[in-house]
Amino acid sequence: MNIPIFPGEASTTAAATDRIYFFLLAFSVFVLAIVFLPMIYCLFKYRRGNRANRSPLQVSTTRIEITWTVIPTLIALGMFAWGAEVYFYEEVPPPNTLEINVIGKQWMWKIQHQEGNREINELHVPLGRAVRLTMASEDVIHDFFVPAFRIKQDVVPGRFTTEWFEPTRVGTYRFYCSEYCGANHSEMQGLVYVMTPSDYEAWLAHGKPQDTLARAGGKLFRELGCSGCHVNSSAIHAPPLDGLYGKLVPLSDGTFARVDDQYLRDHILLPARQVPAGYQALMPTFEGRVNEEQLLQLIAYIKSLGTTEEKNK
Amino acid sequence: MNETQKNYLGAGDTVRSWLLTTDHKRIGILYLLSILLFFFIAAVAAALMRADLLTPQGDLLLSDNYNKMFTIHGVLMVWFFLIPSIPTVLGNFVIPLMIGARDVAFPKLNLFSWYLFIIGGFFALAAIIRGGVDTGWTFYTPYSTAYSNSHVVEMAFGIFLAGFSSIITGMNFIVTIQTMRAPGMTWFRLPLFIWSMFATSIILVLATPVLAITLALMAVERLWGIGIFDPRIGGDPVLFQHLFWFYSHPAVYIMILPGMGVVSEVVTCFSRKKIFGYYFVAFSSVAIAVLGFLVWGHHMFVSSQSLFAGMAFSILSFLVAVPSAIKVFNWTMTLYRGSISFETPMLYVLGFLGLFTIGGLTGLFLATLAVDVHVHGTYFVVAHFHYIMVGGMVTAFMAGLHYWWPKITGRMYPEKLGQLAALIMFIGFNLTFFPQFILGYLGMPRRVHEYAPEFQVYNVLSTAGASILGVAYLLPLIYLLWSLRYGARAGDNPWRATGLEWSTPSPPPKHNFPEVPVVTHDPYNYPPLDETGEAVATKRDL
Amino acid sequence: MKENSMVAEQFEDMPQQVEAATMGMWVFLATEVLFFGGLFMAYIVYRHFYAADFIAAMKHTDIRYGTINSVLLLTSGLTMALAVQAAAENRIRVITPLLLATIVFGLGFLVVKTLEYKEDLHDRVLPGANFDPSLPPHAQMFFWLYWAMTGLHTIHMIVGIGLLLFVTMLSWRRKFSAQYYTPLEVIGLYWAFVDIVWIYLYPLLYLIGRHS
Repeated sequence: MNIPIFPGEASTTAAATDRIYFFLLAFSVFVLAIVFLPMIYCLFKYRRGNRANRSPLQVSTTRIEITWTVIPTLIALGMFAWGAEVYFYEEVPPPNTLEINVIGKQWMWKIQHQEGNREINELHVPLGRAVRLTMASEDVIHDFFVPAFRIKQDVVPGRFTTEWFEPTRVGTYRFYCSEYCGANHSEMQGLVYVMTPSDYEAWLAHGKPQDTLARAGGKLFRELGCSGCHVNSSAIHAPPLDGLYGKLVPLSDGTFARVDDQYLRDHILLPARQVPAGYQALMPTFEGRVNEEQLLQLIAYIKSLGTTEEKNK
Repeated sequence: MNETQKNYLGAGDTVRSWLLTTDHKRIGILYLLSILLFFFIAAVAAALMRADLLTPQGDLLLSDNYNKMFTIHGVLMVWFFLIPSIPTVLGNFVIPLMIGARDVAFPKLNLFSWYLFIIGGFFALAAIIRGGVDTGWTFYTPYSTAYSNSHVVEMAFGIFLAGFSSIITGMNFIVTIQTMRAPGMTWFRLPLFIWSMFATSIILVLATPVLAITLALMAVERLWGIGIFDPRIGGDPVLFQHLFWFYSHPAVYIMILPGMGVVSEVVTCFSRKKIFGYYFVAFSSVAIAVLGFLVWGHHMFVSSQSLFAGMAFSILSFLVAVPSAIKVFNWTMTLYRGSISFETPMLYVLGFLGLFTIGGLTGLFLATLAVDVHVHGTYFVVAHFHYIMVGGMVTAFMAGLHYWWPKITGRMYPEKLGQLAALIMFIGFNLTFFPQFILGYLGMPRRVHEYAPEFQVYNVLSTAGASILGVAYLLPLIYLLWSLRYGARAGDNPWRATGLEWSTPSPPPKHNFPEVPVVTHDPYNYPPLDETGEAVATKRDL
Repeated sequence: MKENSMVAEQFEDMPQQVEAATMGMWVFLATEVLFFGGLFMAYIVYRHFYAADFIAAMKHTDIRYGTINSVLLLTSGLTMALAVQAAAENRIRVITPLLLATIVFGLGFLVVKTLEYKEDLHDRVLPGANFDPSLPPHAQMFFWLYWAMTGLHTIHMIVGIGLLLFVTMLSWRRKFSAQYYTPLEVIGLYWAFVDIVWIYLYPLLYLIGRHS
C-alpha cells in the first residue's frame, strides 16, 4: 500500500515553502531535545528518595530569564523574516503571467481560459509558465487550494482575489476548496493537469472553443447595450475604453485610481460609487444583470481593447 | 458541631439549597456538572465524526449531518466546556480559598452567571435538537447569514448568553482578586494560579463583548435579510472574520492561561520547591493576555487581507510565543534539585508539558506566513489547536481536578487508577492527533466528510487513538464517582502543599476559614530538602 | 459580629464593599465599551470605504432631534451627578427630586427618539426592500449602522431608567446617607456611560461632514 508522508512538490513555491518547513521541523526537534532531555534527567535524578544534591541554587535568576527571553525572541524574528520573504514571493506575481479565471460556486469550480476553453473542476496548465488565477465567488467564501503547489487563497464574494504559481513538474494534482462552504464542501474539488507547453496547445485547440473570452465579452458588451454609450460617436458622454486598462485615471472626488480588474468590476456593478473626473454619474448599475462569469468576460473584452503600455508604443 | 464549622456540602442537601446557593464552592460544583454534560454531547459528536472518517467516502453520516456534527462539537467544546472549564469550576472553587476570602465579591451575580450559562446551553441544545447548525463554530458570513438552512440564530443566542455568563464570571474574579485578599496577601504573594486567573478574567471581560455584538449583528442580518456583512450593500464578509477573531483568538488564551496556572501549582507541589522565576511566570501571563489581543489576523493570512497586515500579525504571533516558552523553561527549571514524586496530578502536568510544547512549536509553523498559506484550513491546524486545547487545556483541567479533588470532596481517589488514566490519555491523545499533522501537510482540508483514499491510513490511526482517548476520559468519571463514597478520607492537606486552600478543612466550611488567615510569607515556601528529598525539619515545624 | 447590617456577609467591612461594588461597575463598563466597540469599528471601516455615500446619507438624519436629545441627555447626566453629590454631602432630601428629574429627562429622550424613528420610517430609511432607492448605493450601510447603534443605545437607556427607578425607590425609603450610597454611585456611573456613548453617536450620525 502506498502511504504518503510528504506531499509532492510541483511548483516553485512548493520548494521554497518546504525549505522553511524542514527548517522548522529541525528547529522543533532541537527545542524538544533541549527542553525534554534535561527535564527527563531531572525527573530521574531528583525523584523523591534518590540521593542527590538538593541544596538551593545560588544563581542569578534574572540573568537566566533574560537569556531565555532574548534568544527565543531573536530566533522568532529570524523565522518571521524568512516566512515573510517567501510570502512576498507567493503574493506578488511576476509580469507576463498566463491569465486564467476561476469562479467558485456551491459546490463546483468553473474555469475560464482566455482562449475561450471552459472547464469544470479541472484545470489544465502548461509547464514552466507562471499562471495567475483571478478568482471570484458567486455565493459564499470558498478557497482555492493546490497542496502540490503549496498555494491557497480565499475566494470572497464581492471582490476578485488572485493567486499565482509556476508548475515545475508534469502530472496530475488535486485541488480543493479549503474554506467550509456548506453541504457538499468536501466534493468541491478537482484536478490540475500540468502539461508540456505543446500538449497544452494541443489541448486548447482540441477544445474548439467558439469564442475567445474577449470575444464573448465583446458580444455581451453589445447585448447589454454598453456599446451604446462607450463609443466615441455616442451622443452620451461616456469614457472611451480603448487603452484604458492599466491607466491611472482621475476621479471626480480629486483622487486617482489605477484601472485594474477590481476597478472595472466596481465600475460595472456600482458605477455611482466613484465617477471618473469630467463625467456624470449616468451609468446604470449592472448588479444582478451579469454573473461572475460574464463579468470576467466583459473585463477580458475591455483588456483586449489594449492597455496603456501598448498604446504608448 | 455548630453552623459555621459544618462543611459546605453539609449546609443543606435539598435541591433548592443547591439551586439557590450563593456559595462559590457549590456554584463550582454546579458548573462542573453542567460542563460535563456539554462535554459528553460534544464528545459523542466527535466520536461520530471520527467513525465516519474511517473510510474515505464517509459511510456513516450524510455530508449534511457530518457538517452539523463538527459544528456541534466546536460550539459546545469551545463555549460550553473549554472556556468555562477551569475558570468556573476550579476558579470558582479555589480563588476565594487561595486568597483567604469568605466568598467571591458578588455571590449572587455568580449564581446568576450560572443560570445565564444554563439558559444559553438550553438554547444551544434546542438548536441542536431542532435540526442542528451547519456553519462550523466560526459562523463565517455570508454562509451563516444568507445560505445556511439551519438553526443559526438560536445557537448564536445561546452563545451570546453563555458569553455574558463568562463576562460576569470574569468581572467577579477581577474584583475578588483586587479587593478581597486576606491581610498580608500582597500581589507578589499570590499563588500563580491567581495571576493566571486574573489575566484570564481581563480577556473574558474585554474580548467576550466583541463576540457578543458580532454574533448579534450576524443574527440580526440573518433575520432581517440585510446587514453590515452583506456584500449587496457594500458590506464586507471579511469584517466579520476580523471581529470574530478579535474575540476568538484571545479566547484561546482564556482556555490555556488557567491551565498554565494549574501547572504552576502542581509542579511546585510535586517537586516540593519554590517556583523558579516567580515574577517572570506571573508577568508572562499578563504579557500573553495583552499580546493575545493583537494577533487575531493570523487566522486570516489567506483571507485577502493586505500583505502588510499579514506581516504585522505574523511578527506579533511570533512574539506571543515567547512568554509561553518562558513559562515552559521556568517549570523545567523548577524540577531541578527538587524532590519529585509522580502522583496523578503530576503525571497530567508532565503530559501537559509535552503536549503543550508540541502545540506551541507547531504554532510557529502557523505563524510563519509562507508555511501557513499551505497548512491553513487543513488538518495541520486541527492537530495544532487540539494539542493546545485538549493536550494543554483539558490535561491541565484533569490535573487541577485531581489536585483539588480531595479539597472539594474530602476524599482520595484510587491513586493507581488515576496514574493509569493519565498514561492512557497521553498515549490516546498522541495517536489521535499526531497523524493529523502529517495529513495536514499532505493537504487534507479540514471540515470534509469525504477525502482522498491515500489519506485513509492516518485517519484510521486517528480514529483508533480517539477510542483510546474515550476510555481515558471515562475512567476518571468512574473512579472519581466511586471515591465520593468509598475513597479514603483526605484530611486537610493530603499533598502537604503550601497555599491557604490547604490550611482549612476538606471539604471546607461554608465560609472557608474559621478565622480570617493572615499571610506572612511568599507562596510555595516548601521547606529545605535533605539528600533523599525529604523535608528538613525547620524551626517553623517545631 | 458585623458592625453594619448593610455589609454583605462575604465582606469584612464597608470600605471593602464599596470598593468592590464600584470596581465591579468600572469593569462592567469596560465590557460595555468593547460591546459598542464592535459597532464603532464597523462604522469606522465603512465610513472609510464609502465616505461620500455616508455624508450624503447623513443629510437624511434629522439634526433637530439629535440636538434636542443631546441636550436632554446631558441635562439628565447633570441631575444624576448632582444626586450622587447630594448623597455624599448628606443632603438626603434633594436626592429623590434629582433622581426623578433624571428619569424625566431620560424619558424625554426616549419620546423624542420614538418620534424620530417614526419619521425615519416615513422617510424610508430603514434598510431593506422598502429603502428609498433615490439614496446612493451605500446609504443603506449608513442607515443600518444608524439603527443598530441608536437601537443598542436606546436599549441601554431603557435599562438605565429601570435602574434609576430602583434607586429612586431606595432613596424614597431613606436608605441612603453619606455613609452608604453605593447603589446610587454605581448606577450614576452606568448613567454617565450611557451619556458618553451618545456623545460619540451624535457627531458620528448627525454632524461630521454635514457642512460639506
